[in-house]
Amino acid sequence: MNDIIYFDNAATTRVRPEVVNVMSEYFSESYGNPSSIYKIAQENKTAVEKGREQVAKAINAEKNEIYFTAGGSEADNWAIKGIAECYSDKGKHIITLSIEHHAVLHTCQYLESKGFEVTYLPVNEFGLVEIKELKKAIRDDTILISVMFANNEIGSVQPIKEIGSLAREKGIIFHTDAVQAVGHIPIDVKDMNIDLLSMSAHKFYGPKGIGALYIRKGIKIKPLIHGGAQERNRRAGTENVPGIIGMGLALELITSELSEEENRLIYLRDKLIDGILNNIPYSRLNGDRENRLPGNVNISFEFIEGESILLMLDMKGICASSGSACTSGSLDPSHVLLAIGLPHEKAHGSLRLTLGMFNTEDEVDYIIKELPPIISRLRNMSPLYEEVVKNKKC
Amino acid sequence: MYSEKVMDHFTNPRNVGEIDDASGVGTVGNAKCGDIMKVYLKIEDGVVKDAKFKTFGCGAAVATSSMATELVKGKTIKEALDVTNKAVMEALDGLPPIKVHCSCLAEEALHAALWDYAQKEGIVIEGLKEPVNDIGEHEEILEEDY
Repeated sequence: MNDIIYFDNAATTRVRPEVVNVMSEYFSESYGNPSSIYKIAQENKTAVEKGREQVAKAINAEKNEIYFTAGGSEADNWAIKGIAECYSDKGKHIITLSIEHHAVLHTCQYLESKGFEVTYLPVNEFGLVEIKELKKAIRDDTILISVMFANNEIGSVQPIKEIGSLAREKGIIFHTDAVQAVGHIPIDVKDMNIDLLSMSAHKFYGPKGIGALYIRKGIKIKPLIHGGAQERNRRAGTENVPGIIGMGLALELITSELSEEENRLIYLRDKLIDGILNNIPYSRLNGDRENRLPGNVNISFEFIEGESILLMLDMKGICASSGSACTSGSLDPSHVLLAIGLPHEKAHGSLRLTLGMFNTEDEVDYIIKELPPIISRLRNMSPLYEEVVKNKKC
Repeated sequence: MYSEKVMDHFTNPRNVGEIDDASGVGTVGNAKCGDIMKVYLKIEDGVVKDAKFKTFGCGAAVATSSMATELVKGKTIKEALDVTNKAVMEALDGLPPIKVHCSCLAEEALHAALWDYAQKEGIVIEGLKEPVNDIGEHEEILEEDY
């Protein structure tokens, strides 16, 4: 077993060695700018196009529907701002979810300051949007529906295919932030009627600083980054050649292993969830048990605070994250946990463990063993738990 | 992120627990913000003989509770008032800016315990103000849950 047990794969992933290997050549040898005409540059142009093809194939898109960006946040910003600006003559209403990533939420809030109206749909206690709520929110001037494929904190997977067909039927453009989903669960943009889709390479064992926006053929969009003619005049800037090569290979590899890896992770995830819930009282699973990312575990422990759990786990070499205020950089806990109806103190006591391809069953067994004493140690320090113990004795 | 002293007081917190016959008990903070501190003081002949705490909160909240109770032990009541948030922070070799409020909470918890003592004894401690105590909120939350 490794010294470091990495259970934070939703934050970022380790780049797989094959990917690092293939990328390194493009830093020191094949460093040409794909826009130049000499050989080492033209070879890079070919390599970039191969990467585009690999990415397109993974989501059943066409090669010329993939546009590389500097990551998921840029893809989300571009999709939402670019569509809003392009279609504002038709209407100024956007529908999204209250539990979106901040890359979507803050972009929508920015557009509100520019005269757009945004409906932030609530989700149910399992973190899923109700289709009937979405139907009710649609107006004549709705130009865009942006619903995340899967949630980064609680792993809930939205009914994307149903939303896609509803949007298509109503003639509304449909964008999905699929940063947590691509490379983790099967995606077919044609079958699911997706018009725009954001993804990020470092969530599927590729490098940081590279992502892509899928834009269905026929969808108009304003550029976000102005400048040169790269990416078919839609996204300026010299291509991140090593990043694109790495992203393409990483996605091709994980897609070829997907069904097997998905089953393996679901087994580990369920073992971890049951191992925690059965051994630790006053704990609850956040998110939906069935419609859930294969690697996501999110559990709230009552009477204690998340950062304390993370520090204790860190001492055991376990990397994890939490939705507590202390880890969000503000005094409020995670907006996602509050949106599924958790009271503040339970949101503060949340622990997210996200599994990936490098995690093993030994590591899962290790945390199932290490976690209960950590939780009870912190509870024995907590005045909230003290009251519970006293009330029980009475 | 945290100094070695903070990590030491988080991993090996001093004075965790309760005092059954405490002279004064103070509870401050609320579950909504993610921090609650409860401080117990045993005061004899005007001197803090013992101090214990229970804390719900982050690493800094636990460490400041530990340090504050450590600093106040053996002090006279007047000296105990000098255990300010600044003193606690200095003793811990500093805190990240976003965690400064934890040290304020530790000072408030001490003051609340001293206030409770003064109320019980019917005395006035010069320079001590009535604590701003929003503990009512967490009691409501507990009632909702059970």
